[in-house]
Amino acid sequence: MADTLVLLLLMIDATVRVATPLVLAALAGLFAERAGVVDIGLEGKMLGAAFAAAATATVLGSPWLGLLAAIAVAVSLSMVHGVACIRYNGNQVVSGMALNILMAGLAPTLAYAWFAQGGQTPMLPSNLRFMPIVAPFHDTLAGIPVVGALWSRVHGHNALVYAAALAVPLTAFVIYRTRFGLRLRAVGENPQAVDTAGISVAGLRYRALLINGVLCGLSGAYLSTAHGAGFVRDMTAGKGYLALAALIFGKWRPVPTLLACLLFAFTDALQARLQGAALPGIGQIPVQAIQALPYVLTVLLLAGFVGRAMAPKAIGVPYVKER
Amino acid sequence: MADSRGNEAPAWVDLALLPAINLAAAFVVAGLVIAILGENPFKAMALLVYGSLGYGEAIGFTLYYATNFVFTGLAVAVAFHAGLFNIGGEGQAYLGGLGAGLVCLALGGAVPGLLVVPLAILAAMLFGAAWAYVPGWLQARRGSHIVITTIMFNFIAASLMTYLMVNIFIKPGQQSPESREFDASTWMPFVHEILAPLGIQLAKSPLNLSLLLAILAAVGLWVLLWRTRWGYALRVVGFNETAAVYGGIAPARVVVAAMALSGALAGLVGVNELMGVQHRLMLNFTGGYGYVGIAVALMGRNHPVGICLAALLFGALYQGGAELSFDMPRLTKEVVVVIQGLIILFCGAFEGLFRPRLLALFRRRAPVAA
Repeated sequence: MADTLVLLLLMIDATVRVATPLVLAALAGLFAERAGVVDIGLEGKMLGAAFAAAATATVLGSPWLGLLAAIAVAVSLSMVHGVACIRYNGNQVVSGMALNILMAGLAPTLAYAWFAQGGQTPMLPSNLRFMPIVAPFHDTLAGIPVVGALWSRVHGHNALVYAAALAVPLTAFVIYRTRFGLRLRAVGENPQAVDTAGISVAGLRYRALLINGVLCGLSGAYLSTAHGAGFVRDMTAGKGYLALAALIFGKWRPVPTLLACLLFAFTDALQARLQGAALPGIGQIPVQAIQALPYVLTVLLLAGFVGRAMAPKAIGVPYVKER
Repeated sequence: MADSRGNEAPAWVDLALLPAINLAAAFVVAGLVIAILGENPFKAMALLVYGSLGYGEAIGFTLYYATNFVFTGLAVAVAFHAGLFNIGGEGQAYLGGLGAGLVCLALGGAVPGLLVVPLAILAAMLFGAAWAYVPGWLQARRGSHIVITTIMFNFIAASLMTYLMVNIFIKPGQQSPESREFDASTWMPFVHEILAPLGIQLAKSPLNLSLLLAILAAVGLWVLLWRTRWGYALRVVGFNETAAVYGGIAPARVVVAAMALSGALAGLVGVNELMGVQHRLMLNFTGGYGYVGIAVALMGRNHPVGICLAALLFGALYQGGAELSFDMPRLTKEVVVVIQGLIILFCGAFEGLFRPRLLALFRRRAPVAA
């Protein structure tokens, strides 16, 4: 019993660790895509932000300055995407892909030239990272059997985990309960109507991409200065695409997207646990099958076999004013 | 193009000058990056050119890389002509290699090589086609967005291959997940070995007969797209689906077929890599060729001739980049990836930056047709 509880708690820990960057990136994608801008560039923005955070924290000696740099880089990349897609009506998928490839090259190139450690940044000591925050009552509650164990999961994460947890209700509020959110959703469904109402389609989409950049910056900073201790080559390893899958699996809505991220993160934790273990009745499940699960689920969803994912109607279509 | 006839800029502006300007913009930005890193961009450029074309071995390597890029570039282009964005070249190439590898491992040595090699090539195309067929079918019949499904299929392919390599194909008593070597009769012959008996001495390089396959694929695709009824149907679907339906074409069927053909072309990367060079099944032999195919197709304006030229350029970049990192200690071979990203950015995403201005410039100067 006690073993199961410990195992469960360890799984929850692992799930939270993996889910945090996914949630931040998926919400970033949510803002862009609900505004009608396809964003497959999450991966590249996260990678760029991760490098900026680690490099700045190393040089300037503060994880917070690192975070700022990460946000600045991710927002700049979002704006490049915005100018290409909104100002020049470029192909949004091509633009996202360009950012991914550009960052996959640029981040290790800069790291190699500036830090001379084979494409990574120096290991960050704990004072230059986002460390677990110990909450009040810890010692008093720790003694109580179940409550203490549960409480120990709620506190003791780093600031960016809480930022991700806060970002979900905040996003839901902004999207569903504010004027900006209403307009944002409208511009992703029917930009002509928004334009006719005298509201700038381009302005709304740029603002959506600005928020997108901030969230991508947080996500990237989490990877290199909270979860990890420095930037390493290809450290996003497909997390941007996984976040995109979670966004689609969550049908472009904040809370379902969070649940999708948690599900995908849980499969990841499970996969690490199940390494070589045999399940009763089924036998050994290949680790790779569990790894592929999020992608298979997303394809099944897109195919309409498990529910139906309806993308914003105007997604991927540049808005041309004159008709 | 929305322009009325007789008012257009000359074709060479659109087909040659514009890509050249976009390319130049990409190189200028890349040069700035190199300058910021404290190396001389002009010297880097000279090294790139020498490292890719300066001596026999380098040319061989350049052509060998270009072979892969022709396959993936054509794959992206054929899907593009049908109005589809196939980002799944990477996964399709991976599966293509699996198909080729299966045939080589199963029949190599037992059956004459002259029979096994064509079979393996067919298997590579078949496996690649199958991996693209599913997203194509889902797009045509179930409306699933092909960009997302092909991305997902890349990851599924990677998991599948890791499983197969680690659990099934791994050579007994070996740590790294590689299969046993293919029988020598199934290897694609190296170009330097074929030409040696004819008295033509070439430097040793991985360049193999797959190059011929790439040229055949390019010519074949041109004929198919511009000289057959089927190719016409494909292009109509890509240009205007409503018009296609009106003209009696079933878009769903064309979409699925175009994707299968796209996947088959991408699958041929497996032939060049595994039967041509590695001679065994292994992990990660696709090395991003599928993604770079997007850049190649964009740069080559989705035309086989353009794609072959763009593939040469990217092949030279790949080879020259490796050389660059030897001679400039502050640079790594990823500089080349930066240049690729910039080329996609300028040729694709920012196409609207120079294009309207340039076309307007030449339209004004062109004599008004009667």
